Amino acid sequence: MNIHEYQAAEILKRHGIPINTGIVATTPDEVAAAAEQLGGTVVVKAQVHTGGRGKAGGVKLAGSPAEAREVASRILGMDIRGHTVHKVLVAPAVPIEREYYLGVVIDRAARGITIMGSSAGGVDIEEVARETPEQIHRELADPFLGLHDFQARRLAFALGIEPDLVPGFARLARQLYQAFFDSDASLAEINPLVLTKDRAWLALDSKITIDDSALVRHPDLEQLRDLQEENPTEMAARAAGLSFVKLDGTIGCVVNGAGLSMATMDAIKHYGGEPANFLDVGGGASAEQVETALRLVLADPNVRAVLVNIFGGITRCDVVAQGLLAAMEAIKPTVPFVIRLVGTNQEAGRAMLAEAGLTVVDTMPEAAQRVVAAAKGAAA
Amino acid sequence: MSILVDRQTRLLVQGITGREGSFHTQQMLEYGTQVVAGVTPGGAGKTVHGVPVFNTVADAVAATGADTSIIYVPARFAPDAIYEAVDAGIALIVCITENIPTRDMVAVYHRVRQSGSRLIGPNCPGLITPGQAKVGIMPGYIHTPGPVGLVSRSGTLTYEVVHALTQAGLGQSTAVGIGGDPIIGTSFVDVLEMFEADPATQAIVLIGEIGGTDEEIAAAYIKEHVTKPVVGFIAGRTAPPGKRMGHAGAIISGGQGTAAEKIAALNAAGVPVAESPQQVADLVRQALS
Repeated sequence: MNIHEYQAAEILKRHGIPINTGIVATTPDEVAAAAEQLGGTVVVKAQVHTGGRGKAGGVKLAGSPAEAREVASRILGMDIRGHTVHKVLVAPAVPIEREYYLGVVIDRAARGITIMGSSAGGVDIEEVARETPEQIHRELADPFLGLHDFQARRLAFALGIEPDLVPGFARLARQLYQAFFDSDASLAEINPLVLTKDRAWLALDSKITIDDSALVRHPDLEQLRDLQEENPTEMAARAAGLSFVKLDGTIGCVVNGAGLSMATMDAIKHYGGEPANFLDVGGGASAEQVETALRLVLADPNVRAVLVNIFGGITRCDVVAQGLLAAMEAIKPTVPFVIRLVGTNQEAGRAMLAEAGLTVVDTMPEAAQRVVAAAKGAAA
Repeated sequence: MSILVDRQTRLLVQGITGREGSFHTQQMLEYGTQVVAGVTPGGAGKTVHGVPVFNTVADAVAATGADTSIIYVPARFAPDAIYEAVDAGIALIVCITENIPTRDMVAVYHRVRQSGSRLIGPNCPGLITPGQAKVGIMPGYIHTPGPVGLVSRSGTLTYEVVHALTQAGLGQSTAVGIGGDPIIGTSFVDVLEMFEADPATQAIVLIGEIGGTDEEIAAAYIKEHVTKPVVGFIAGRTAPPGKRMGHAGAIISGGQGTAAEKIAALNAAGVPVAESPQQVADLVRQALS
């Protein structure tokens, strides 16, 4: 789950990290009031769940409350990579001596938690990793004891930080590690972490992503979810225990299993179609889940045809077919369906579907070709 | 021959009195697996489908000589169940449970590594040596004994490929589902090493998906160490970046983990990558001829 910059900053603050405290505002008037309160030059930053805010014009300096109001009126409502800006963070502009990057991530290859630092701060870290990987320094935390003090110091020295500043940096690095650990994050980063003109450390911008699997033990963090940032269908799917991702195509997909769902999308694309969604109804594909899934998929007005691909396995195909027919009876869809059903009692299940006039096919390539043709036919 | 499980496997089921545990115990028994014990704290003295239940893994091992465990307990109890199996000296631990927080898996992974036990999963369908033992939730009847070793991050997609292989007359030595999470106990490389050493395995199928770099690491390993033919399949060519595609580990992040990179890495290691699960069978047949 993504949270906003200002929410991430709150978490860091609770862990003792000095942050550039700002004020969240939703209207130009509120922004002007915030600038008035903070005094001096302020920075107005779009709060959206995506990167590249600066490049998109979502981060601007303002020298006065009037200018802040004017800047905010352009940023609020702006679209940044498909995200509408509903909120901005107004914060004091800070005189910067130097900028660093500091981030804690799940290191999949090392099966651990790694802290990364770079003296190339304030820029896109993925670009640094690609262009000049030698500028990124890493420490893999102890899997049982966490990030040791000596590791935090070693990172500081690797970054060329002067000895008198090392203890402060090391403390901050361990605080960031602890913030990551305590919030069950999959990413916690400060970019830039700045050294101010008066030689103090300050987290100027931060980002935290929470591990979805751990949210059950963090009801406080679940409260940070911004419903305006979420796709309504994805939310409804999550509430029903289904995994759904909205895509831009015209072919709705209802599949059991994540890997098979992806493979089904790939097959549709291979035969010239575009999937409208990823949807995993779970390995068991129960009747209720299939009905919920069909409703979610058909709620998308772009959907011109639907492919149901169920590898039943232990689940009985006649039971799946029964659920599917009941769901279609209840929903009465107007778009064509192609159904592939494999598993125990598949003949019985297929016969039931064929009797109801549905297209039932044998293989995945055939199913994909049929549904692509159906979607094109429906569009014509 | 085969890898990891066979007729001699003595299986213990952790969480045997739960709905999933009980159902799959019956399925595994019907397949012919030697399910010798179950564990549910406070359940000692009961039986489930004729299998005796114990309070602790240590008790179950002492009484039955179980050497392999399969875990069906909910996510919040699963790390503890793995630790208990490690503590009791279980050699092979298979964790089916989904949604274990990644942070918990960091400590679990390293604890298991230090112990000498092996963990498969979590968030996996388990493994099967056709005709000998099924330690998992996969439909047994789609499998048939033969020369093809399978290793996969997926569940139903693996069944799909197995089904295609069986229909093409290509049986399997062992099929291992290693799981769809970011941190899993056993990697592609671990299983490739075992298949390379297994005389019953003549060809290997590797089924990967977007997210992480384990397929790339596997490709490098194949190039250096695997002499048997390998056929690949990668799911998620059309997956958008930054979105978790069902499995916690199936996410393209920071531009890393795309299907294109994985396919390129496998191709560079001489591994043909199929366009569809059905094509896997064609490529395996070619490799074996």
